[in-house]
Amino acid sequence: MIEKQLVVRNRAGIHARPAAIIAQTANKYTCEISLSRDDTTVNAKSIMGVITMAAGYNTTLTLKTDGSDEKEAAQAIESLFESKFEEE
Amino acid sequence: MADKKFTVLDLLELDLPGHDALDLTCITGRRGLPRPLTVPDINRPGLALTGFYESFAYQRVQVFGRGEAAYLQKLHSENNITTLKALFQYPIPCCVFSHGLEPTEEFREIAEESCCPVLQTALESTEFSSRLIRVFSNIFAPKKTMHGVLVEVYGVGILLTGHSGVGKSETALELVDRGHRLVADDIIEIRCVNGNVVLGQGANTLISHHMEIRGLGIINVSQLYGVGAIREQKEVQLVVELEDWDPNKVYDRLGTDQNYMELLGVRVPAIEIPVRPGRNLPIIIEAAAMNERLKKMGYNSARDFNQNILKWIETGEAQTAYNNNDDSY
Repeated sequence: MIEKQLVVRNRAGIHARPAAIIAQTANKYTCEISLSRDDTTVNAKSIMGVITMAAGYNTTLTLKTDGSDEKEAAQAIESLFESKFEEE
Repeated sequence: MADKKFTVLDLLELDLPGHDALDLTCITGRRGLPRPLTVPDINRPGLALTGFYESFAYQRVQVFGRGEAAYLQKLHSENNITTLKALFQYPIPCCVFSHGLEPTEEFREIAEESCCPVLQTALESTEFSSRLIRVFSNIFAPKKTMHGVLVEVYGVGILLTGHSGVGKSETALELVDRGHRLVADDIIEIRCVNGNVVLGQGANTLISHHMEIRGLGIINVSQLYGVGAIREQKEVQLVVELEDWDPNKVYDRLGTDQNYMELLGVRVPAIEIPVRPGRNLPIIIEAAAMNERLKKMGYNSARDFNQNILKWIETGEAQTAYNNNDDSY
């Protein structure tokens, strides 16, 4: 299992479009991928789940991946956060 | 809210409808409003006021009714403030005066000094107490969030679970189209009330009646299908686990045994339904809901069926024995 801290870097936070990008990316991998903020943990493969976290600018989220392709999945999601979801 | 502290301010700001309203206003001690409520119970401080502090449940909300208020008046007429001072030595979360009663001037002053919020409600003490206990049992109930869809089918609360992309939302959408109700999609917050009931609702009321359908995007179910197609919360009475058809797995063919799933320590009936193209899931789930209702009413289709077969075999045996001129019959 891989665990990483990710910070939301785009000004608008995780609204519908970034959430869709995260879920689409997550769905390419077979491993379990979850994102958590404080005490809520959601499945990163579901758009509604990712939106529910209401993660604004500079929020820290915990990414967990578990499964055969966990390394690649964590890498892909992390690079999404780093690229600010190609928004800015 | 299990991790976050529930403060007196949160209690004051609760906006509950009609028969649940607490009708609270803060009359003094505003500085103490961030005090946390740790024990979900109430106490009548009558004995403490008379000076008996053994086993004084100071961590609870202190409710002052007519009796306590009258005693405070008596203390006022005697100019006795030592007992009040002793009372506020304890870290009381808050005091509530019912019947719209007013505390005495000394009481206000000492409460203000010790930063203890004093609230007032127009409700009677017993009514206020039972409403407050209800609020507490909701707020302090064990909670967790789950991935799935909660729907109400023929009055039965069904939690559809299964991995991402198995078709939970599509199934729920068809159920809604067939006249059933959506409680929440995707992130379900469940909480255990009274120790034996599991209530489910959307984690966020703002987006709980929205659904994401692959190829269609996000839809608003309450706008599309009307308010009749949604519900705020519902007891989880059946868990339906959808999973891809596994040819090597043995699925229940009879339904004579009941499986359960443990949710927050409560056993909820659970069934597994394998998904394969061409299987009409909404109809299977409707049947499961009705079957569950029948079971609750005391009729178990599978067991009754088996008993009929047993009877039939028995009569068949008796007949053959009779035809064979067996004297034992």
